[in-house]
Amino acid sequence: MILKGNIFKYGDNINTDLIIPGRYGNIICNDELAKHCLEDLDSSFVEKVKLGDILVVGNNFGCGSSREVAPIVIQKCGISCIIGKSFARIFFRNAINIGLRIIQSPDFFDDVEDGESTEIEIENDVFVNTVTQNKFQIDATYPLLNEIITAGGLINYLNNQ
Amino acid sequence: MEVTQLQKLQKKLSQNYKEILMGQTIIEKIFSEKLGRVSKAGEYVFADIDKCLSTDISLPSVLESFSKIKNKTILNKEKIIIIEDHLVPSKDIASANILNKVKNFVSKENIPNYYGFGTGGICHVVMPEEGMVKPGEIIIGTDSHTCSYGALGCFSTGVGSTDMAYAWSTGNLWFNIPESIRINLKGDLQKNVSGKDIILKVIGILGEQGAIYKALEFGGDSISQLSIDDRLTMCNMGIECGAKTALFPVDDLTIEYLTELSIHVDQKLYPDLDANYSKIIDVDLNTLKPQVSFPHSPSNVKEANELNDVKVDQIVIGSCTNGRFNDFKTVHEILKGKRINNDVKVLLIPGSQKVLKEIINQNLINDLIDAGCTISSPTCGPCIGLHTGILGENNVGLYTTNRNFRGRNGAKSSEVYLCSPATAAASAITGYITES
Repeated sequence: MILKGNIFKYGDNINTDLIIPGRYGNIICNDELAKHCLEDLDSSFVEKVKLGDILVVGNNFGCGSSREVAPIVIQKCGISCIIGKSFARIFFRNAINIGLRIIQSPDFFDDVEDGESTEIEIENDVFVNTVTQNKFQIDATYPLLNEIITAGGLINYLNNQ
Repeated sequence: MEVTQLQKLQKKLSQNYKEILMGQTIIEKIFSEKLGRVSKAGEYVFADIDKCLSTDISLPSVLESFSKIKNKTILNKEKIIIIEDHLVPSKDIASANILNKVKNFVSKENIPNYYGFGTGGICHVVMPEEGMVKPGEIIIGTDSHTCSYGALGCFSTGVGSTDMAYAWSTGNLWFNIPESIRINLKGDLQKNVSGKDIILKVIGILGEQGAIYKALEFGGDSISQLSIDDRLTMCNMGIECGAKTALFPVDDLTIEYLTELSIHVDQKLYPDLDANYSKIIDVDLNTLKPQVSFPHSPSNVKEANELNDVKVDQIVIGSCTNGRFNDFKTVHEILKGKRINNDVKVLLIPGSQKVLKEIINQNLINDLIDAGCTISSPTCGPCIGLHTGILGENNVGLYTTNRNFRGRNGAKSSEVYLCSPATAAASAITGYITES
């Protein structure tokens, strides 16, 4: 699988309140919520992000709330994949469950710069940055998780059974 | 060394010593019992769920996920619990509309375990209080602080709405059985030091990401000194260092607490003496002092006595972390006959209708009002920055809640410090963060 897009790069411990502030808890329309994605961290994100772009993050991305709208708004903004050093556990499973590709790979962070265009090729538990030709191992993989993501999320996985 | 001696002693004393030396953590024991086979940390499994908790703020997205499932039948309605807490009392039309949606769903589907506004309170206070948490159970909730119930020896964890919809439909869910970090508590808890100070200390040691994908298991001789309220506070904040859940063993105190709720438990639950932990952390209660988390992370922990110049605009005492009766009893002991500082607003939020009633029945309420405190109805409101006490530009808050992320409790320029009810009450008198 090949993914191509611009890189949006952020650091460690980006919490769910930064991804989508709790003050919008009374909004249930996901498209409306997506307009506020990452606004307290980077107010220009929503204007700049395009379909297929890639989010590259540090450690413990998505810590905090269990609200699934956190990965949902990121997906709604067009992000095709999140590659991070590590992820908060609930965010990690929520992303898998909604079919948003999420890759834990600590070394990729230093292989790309914020704003640059990149292309990655994913094959099983490794991926290659085709621009730098560097190869990376994907951590925390398990056949079940791949099956869920490939099905397009946990609900599709269930409906296909 | 200590463990080896104990093991020898156990061998001498017990004919069945093999049973207590299976190398299992509490988590592994719970999953082994559920799956009917020996289970180890690291395994991916599907396990049956005992309780499915959702709140007003998360239910609409659960319903949306559920609507996408082909077979739209709830497997067992008895297992579903719906509690209104985040949006009550409704702050605006949008919130009221969500509450209408919750009520419509509950009526249409005849959900038996429903705690609407005025009948329950904050979910993690209500669940144990209503006897809906039992040792050995697997409980999921669409709220990250669902890890609280490990205080009563069960595996409870926060999940998203898709997970919840899947569990409603199938009765089970996938888990990666976590490794455990053992938190060994030694020594005696000092005056005005509580479970909140212990957990803040632990989060400070581990850091914001120190327990990702892991469980915290509390143990050691000192746990018998910790009330169930203290244990719930401690397990509640396990998520703040990334933990999947946090647990206590099932001991005499747990059994006593459950017996009062007419729940019969005949078995204690401890980890095996030779259980494997990914890390062991010792906390000496003899020397533990009141702790405070600095902005903007619960892991940014210092001792309260290191501070003398942090002026506070608003104090909030309550939440799923510290909104139980013992928390308000502590606050009452400190504020009785005193007056809060004129420059500080103090908001007390009982965690449930039962807690509020107890505050009234035990005659605490007059003293608290006379001291200058404002009492709100049970709600998550200010903890998540939704309503009832939002911080303005540059305001400083001292909260007994669980998170102090930037902008969470109001303006982006506001700052929140986290502490115990005792520290909050002592600070209410001086207007500055003060050790109790």
